Amino acid sequence: MNALGLQEYLDFAYIVAVVLFILSLKFLSSPTTARWGVLAGEVGAALAVVATLFNPEVTAYKWILIPLIIGAGVGVPLGLVHMTAVPQRTALSHAFGALSAAMIGIAEYYVGTSPVSRFQMGEIALEVIIGSLTFTGSLIAAGKLQEILPQRPIVYRGQNLVSLSVLAGALGLAVALVVNPGNALLFPIMVIVALIFGVLLVTPIGGADMPTVISLLNSYAGFSAALLGFVLNSKVLVVAGALDGSSGFILSVIMCKAMNRSFTNVMFGAFGQVQVAAAGAKEERVVRSATADEAAAILSAANKVVIVPGYGMAVAQAQHKVRELYDLLSKKGVDVRFAIHPVAGRMPGHMNVLLAEADIPYDRLIEMDEINGDFPQTDVALVIGANDVTNPAARTDQTSPIFGMPILDVDKAHTVMVIKRSMSPGFAGIDNPLYYLDNNLMLFGDAKQFVGAIVKELGGH
Amino acid sequence: MPADFLSNLYVFILAGFVGFEVIKRVSPLLHTPLMSLTNALDAIVVVAAIIIAGRHETTLTTVLGAIAVAASFSNMVGGFVITDRMLRMFKSGRSKQS
Repeated sequence: MNALGLQEYLDFAYIVAVVLFILSLKFLSSPTTARWGVLAGEVGAALAVVATLFNPEVTAYKWILIPLIIGAGVGVPLGLVHMTAVPQRTALSHAFGALSAAMIGIAEYYVGTSPVSRFQMGEIALEVIIGSLTFTGSLIAAGKLQEILPQRPIVYRGQNLVSLSVLAGALGLAVALVVNPGNALLFPIMVIVALIFGVLLVTPIGGADMPTVISLLNSYAGFSAALLGFVLNSKVLVVAGALDGSSGFILSVIMCKAMNRSFTNVMFGAFGQVQVAAAGAKEERVVRSATADEAAAILSAANKVVIVPGYGMAVAQAQHKVRELYDLLSKKGVDVRFAIHPVAGRMPGHMNVLLAEADIPYDRLIEMDEINGDFPQTDVALVIGANDVTNPAARTDQTSPIFGMPILDVDKAHTVMVIKRSMSPGFAGIDNPLYYLDNNLMLFGDAKQFVGAIVKELGGH
Repeated sequence: MPADFLSNLYVFILAGFVGFEVIKRVSPLLHTPLMSLTNALDAIVVVAAIIIAGRHETTLTTVLGAIAVAASFSNMVGGFVITDRMLRMFKSGRSKQS
């Protein structure tokens, strides 16, 4: 057998990288081993990058090193953002990943002197379309999460027809290119049409649906990288893209199930447009409210307290005050746990990260299915900035747009306290009958200030 | 149909199944770090970008490749940094007391 050539060594480095990537995700199955996952991923990625620099095809190092420095210069600050900015950072990183995949696909169309084969053209066109729409779609999502763009759904008559026609246009251009790959005029038009479709795809989707959308975009970004692996015949890209794509896909399915909705309904449904008219017709109902010292007295008399955080806690940045409340109550011997709904917040796992940042032990953060059975034995359920995920209409009211959605059964606790700015309906405009129940107390105010006031009362004793 | 396509398809399907089996075992507690970690791993497209930019064939492809190098490398660096930051925050009640 002949000695191995350079190419074989490079391929071997890629194989090791792929193994490390799979191990990296495997380590993530438990919080105790998770940091090993980052290390495995880093070693694998570094190995693959360094090996590639030895590729004999690579000659113009100037064109690599400067972008690498720029990339690191952008990447490090984006890795150091505040935890409340993680959803928009994630959306932005999907945009970067998709941009990169699209750029390479476009370059691949233009390299070489003769036009690409029809088969390759099909691969490139599909890859570039997915990459481009994911790029603009993710930028829109990041803009909405950063609140540069309005978070509410932007809808108009015939919207779905317009969006689908644009998609059909991009696919039609792709077919024309497969028929005649040499038609260089059509290629940039196809890219532009796909970019426009990405904007149209995400603009009508509201903030509350962001966990699903961000997961779907994650999946698209992954699959565009895998497709790029097909175009370039690179197995390491195929594997990494398939891992990323399937991860995003699994998360999307989990998010959809947690809202009892289908993909098509999220993408084309424009949530919350339905029930606005019905809300005004209801007669006045009695709402009971309480002050901070009353709330503090109820909490300190309790044995078991479950705190239900939602997006409102993130907006008010109340997680550190919540930690103080947790510490004070724990010191008094109260059993305090947190109930985490899968779609609470703006991305999968959002609440867990915020509460972990505030130093709340992760074994106190309990998933919906595990904690729902405990609410009847819970003395106080304290809802902070969550609304739809606690709405009992999802269990009982067949006319409600969220009927069938799995919720946290806070209404079954002995006492429910809800911190909320006012009685105005939440983001989706859906009335919440929880607020009119006999065992419910409204705590009107900003989440951070109100929790702070309770903490002050408790600390005073 | 090129022969490469079929071998890539094998790899894609097998990797998809591996991904599914591994990722469904990830605790929902860690879904946010999962997303940032897979994002950093996906940034391995930087190796393809390096080859496109480093070949320096035409100005257009070199510029496209250079943009791709910067975009994916920022994902790789930023993704690992933020994932590690997040995972460091997850402490259990027992380890907190000790």
